[in-house]
Amino acid sequence: MERWQSAPLLEVEHLAMRFGGLSAVENVSFKVGAGDITALIGPNGAGKTTVFNCITGFYRPSAGRILLASPGRPQLNLAKMPDFKIARDGKVARTFQNIRLFSGMTVLENLMVAQHTALMKASGYSILGLLGAPSFKTAERAALAKAVAWLDRINLTARADDPAGDLPYGDQRRLEIARAMCTEPILLCLDEPAAGLNARESADLNALLRDIRDHQSTAILLIEHDMSVVMEISDHVIVLENGRRISDGTANFVKNDPNVIKAYLGVEHDTSVGNGNGVAGGAVP
Amino acid sequence: MAPNSLAAPVKRALVAALVVAALSFPVVAYLARPGPGGGLILEQRWWLVAANALAAFVIVLLVAALVSALSSQAAKRLAAAVGNTLAPLSRLGLAALVFYPVAIVALVGWSGAIKWVDNFGVQILIYVMLGWGLSIVVGLAGLLDLGFIAFAAVGAYTYTLLAIHVIPAIAPELAPYAFWICLPFSALFAALWGIILGFPVLGLRGDYLAVVTLAFGEMIRLVLVNWSSLTNGYAGLKAPRITFFGVPFTTSGAEPTFADIFGLTQSPTIYRSIFLYYVILTLALMTAWIANRLRELPIGRAWEALREDEIACKSLGLDTVTTKLSAFAIGASFGGMAGAFFAARQGFLNPKSFEFMESATVLAIVVLGGMGSLTGVALAAILMIGGTELLREIGWLKSVFGPSFEPTQYRMLLFGLGMVAFMIWRPRGLVTTRQPSIFLRERKAVSASLVKEGHG
Repeated sequence: MERWQSAPLLEVEHLAMRFGGLSAVENVSFKVGAGDITALIGPNGAGKTTVFNCITGFYRPSAGRILLASPGRPQLNLAKMPDFKIARDGKVARTFQNIRLFSGMTVLENLMVAQHTALMKASGYSILGLLGAPSFKTAERAALAKAVAWLDRINLTARADDPAGDLPYGDQRRLEIARAMCTEPILLCLDEPAAGLNARESADLNALLRDIRDHQSTAILLIEHDMSVVMEISDHVIVLENGRRISDGTANFVKNDPNVIKAYLGVEHDTSVGNGNGVAGGAVP
Repeated sequence: MAPNSLAAPVKRALVAALVVAALSFPVVAYLARPGPGGGLILEQRWWLVAANALAAFVIVLLVAALVSALSSQAAKRLAAAVGNTLAPLSRLGLAALVFYPVAIVALVGWSGAIKWVDNFGVQILIYVMLGWGLSIVVGLAGLLDLGFIAFAAVGAYTYTLLAIHVIPAIAPELAPYAFWICLPFSALFAALWGIILGFPVLGLRGDYLAVVTLAFGEMIRLVLVNWSSLTNGYAGLKAPRITFFGVPFTTSGAEPTFADIFGLTQSPTIYRSIFLYYVILTLALMTAWIANRLRELPIGRAWEALREDEIACKSLGLDTVTTKLSAFAIGASFGGMAGAFFAARQGFLNPKSFEFMESATVLAIVVLGGMGSLTGVALAAILMIGGTELLREIGWLKSVFGPSFEPTQYRMLLFGLGMVAFMIWRPRGLVTTRQPSIFLRERKAVSASLVKEGHG
């Protein structure tokens, strides 16, 4: 049995999101396995980002449940939680399609803000911090060490004291992922992490995501248009079209699924198109 | 200047001249005057129309020249040089602030010093403290607050009402220490009102936030005006004056004054002014210390992150509601303490001191200072408050424009012109770089072009 069936971390059940009369997502259900890299793909306007915004609380779903269960914690229904609590208490972190770094703050400061919840407690809601308590200094040093460890992993230690807005595009993408990881999430949601990256940066990103999956207890859910990234690193692929789920399975299963090929190419399944790499090769929207 | 860059301003100036000529024609071209025989004489004054048009032409050209001079490369280099020298200036500035009253007394003598210590020193430092309080809200958290002076009003009335009603009722022997006892309460009440204001405005951004804070400021003032049974309206309240830790500076009763005890012979007001100066200097430095410290704590970084990107903050689990409320509350508490000090200095309190103009002045100081920088705010307060006070001293212009010229009437006009020129020269304020709150190897300043202004 696949991991998303045997050990699901996130269960999306009958999710619907309507904006007035427009139904962006209708009756979508899927599971995300603990420790998997799960990709959410689909043509433009399929509702991928809407599903993301529902999971991370930026939208309140019109219907459905989003259950987050991890060992040693009570199950949470994310559909009923406000955005910052999903991040703080649910330990679900996310990045954005158009990068949202704190551009006027330094690279290091970005990673320190991500550890706000722990540092705020350590600073005694600023009172211990104002008095310069040693316990806060210790916590701050630990936070700094964690930030530096992440900077080393994304090769940005040399630029720690530069403003985040000054970094090249690919570095900003990796920094945003490192910033999300500094919140110690159990689920990391990435909205088009490879968008705008060149081939080398894209390969670096794949390595980073695999590294996170293998060495952190963090599951990854990502939206991606770049099929080379999707097919190379995903353990599990979910395909949406027009707000509905049309396919769900391993990368190999999905790329041979006639429904998927039809959605991407707009034609009936034909052996000359399909056969193994129909989606991976030709159908990048 | 190349001919091309000259053509546009000349064209604009010509258009302005034509418009002024057209407007002047019906107003000034003909003047009807009673003649000697009882009839009317029609006087033609075409020269006046021409003079107006010429004046418009010259003024528009001068403004264009000023704008181009201020935005030239040389002016930008000068601006950058000013910005770079400002940072190390703070230590020197601190020493200057501490020795200012001594230097003034040495320079102009005891009796001449009152104006310089009180009108300039104390007045400027009150605005420095208000500016430092507001810069937490506007400069760090990026929340535009147009009603900040309301918190000073809350602090001032808290002090005055507690000192004249509550303290005499429950512990009259503490009356001489009223200011020191009430100061924390002023801060607390102002913070409370900061939170009360914060709640309804949390969902608002930008212009909408500004409008609601403006309304809030006016509401507080109107309540103070109309709740006459408590505040005595515009007639005002007599606020107990500050004492030297219980020793009064002036007295109507039998108790010895500060001057008696120390065997001093000058007018008591100068001692009080100097003492007030050091009190507000201490309060302002305490504000600066706390604000600076908070900036390097998680809460301060959260404020700045909120200014940079609120959605990213939420995605990292920051509770933006409490973060905004804490900025409002802490900024307001400093405003409240400055207000209490204001009341103790004036000895009299009425709502006229807390009009919108004051909020606008404090906001202008913060904007002029730039980047939530403490040094910038202090310099901006000196420029703005010192500047308007100095412009009272322009009597010498009479010798230029003749005895009928009343220079003080042009005070605010000159000041406004100066502000406009300044903002063209330095659009992001005096200090144009942001100092990072933490660093790994070296503290590199962040350029203003990357730092967001917030307001949401």
